[in-house]
Amino acid sequence: MSGQEIAFGVLAVFGGLAALAVVTARNVVHSALFLVVSLASIAGVYLLLAAPFVAFVQVIIYVGAVVVLLLFGIMLTRAYNGPVRGPVDWRDDSSPQTPLIGRRVLDNAPAARLGAAVVGASVFGMLSVFLIQAFGGERIEAGAPTSLDQLGTSIFQRFVLPFEAVSVLLLAALIGAIVLSRRD
Amino acid sequence: MPLLYPLLLAAFLFGVGIYGVLARRNAVLVLMSVELMLNAVNINLVAFNAYLRDQLVGGQVFALFVIAVAAAEVGIGLAIVLLIFRNRETVNVDEIDLLRW
Repeated sequence: MSGQEIAFGVLAVFGGLAALAVVTARNVVHSALFLVVSLASIAGVYLLLAAPFVAFVQVIIYVGAVVVLLLFGIMLTRAYNGPVRGPVDWRDDSSPQTPLIGRRVLDNAPAARLGAAVVGASVFGMLSVFLIQAFGGERIEAGAPTSLDQLGTSIFQRFVLPFEAVSVLLLAALIGAIVLSRRD
Repeated sequence: MPLLYPLLLAAFLFGVGIYGVLARRNAVLVLMSVELMLNAVNINLVAFNAYLRDQLVGGQVFALFVIAVAAAEVGIGLAIVLLIFRNRETVNVDEIDLLRW
């Protein structure tokens, strides 16, 4: 077992457990913070797969921008200004002290959650069986990391049209977000 | 490194994302679960790029495109969630049924 595989194993355990914590944490803010751990572990996986630029973009955009945006979303959607009797429990759980607006974002019933777990686990199980059958003995040969030179040349020559389409998409998303969220 | 390791990690993250989308009712948490699923796809793209030794590094370029689209999606998605919260005072996806009837 090489050092690369040991490092991958550590990152995969951290990333997988953090991802499980994201979807099971009672507190939504904790979910966002576990998402940081999971996304950072995935950035490490990209580094091990000889893709350093994708890893840095992952850290900058996901950990830097998307999670901050999600935290702002959590903050702005849990505002509650009305009177509350008794100690306020802002956690996402079913305690009777939780104010009504906090109780509205509860989880589904245990039966529905069990069904969701069955669906998720069976998707993972089926994908695993197919992947093991299809790529059981294949190995990724260790190679030099992709240079920024190579990646940029590829983007601006072969993939320049999708690149421009993505830029237009980002502009449209920006305008759409402004139109949706401005008060008039 | 065996190709199977990153592929199994991606399958696991995808399954976790599906569980999150189906089990949680907070719209922001549903968006986070979608991010997990998109990341699973990105791991696949980068792993196959390394496995096939693509001269065009197509897998990494597409992973970058997916990251850009995910950023646009979360921006629009959160704008919609905030708008719904402003109008209906809930972010519970079960109560947002304006388009049902």
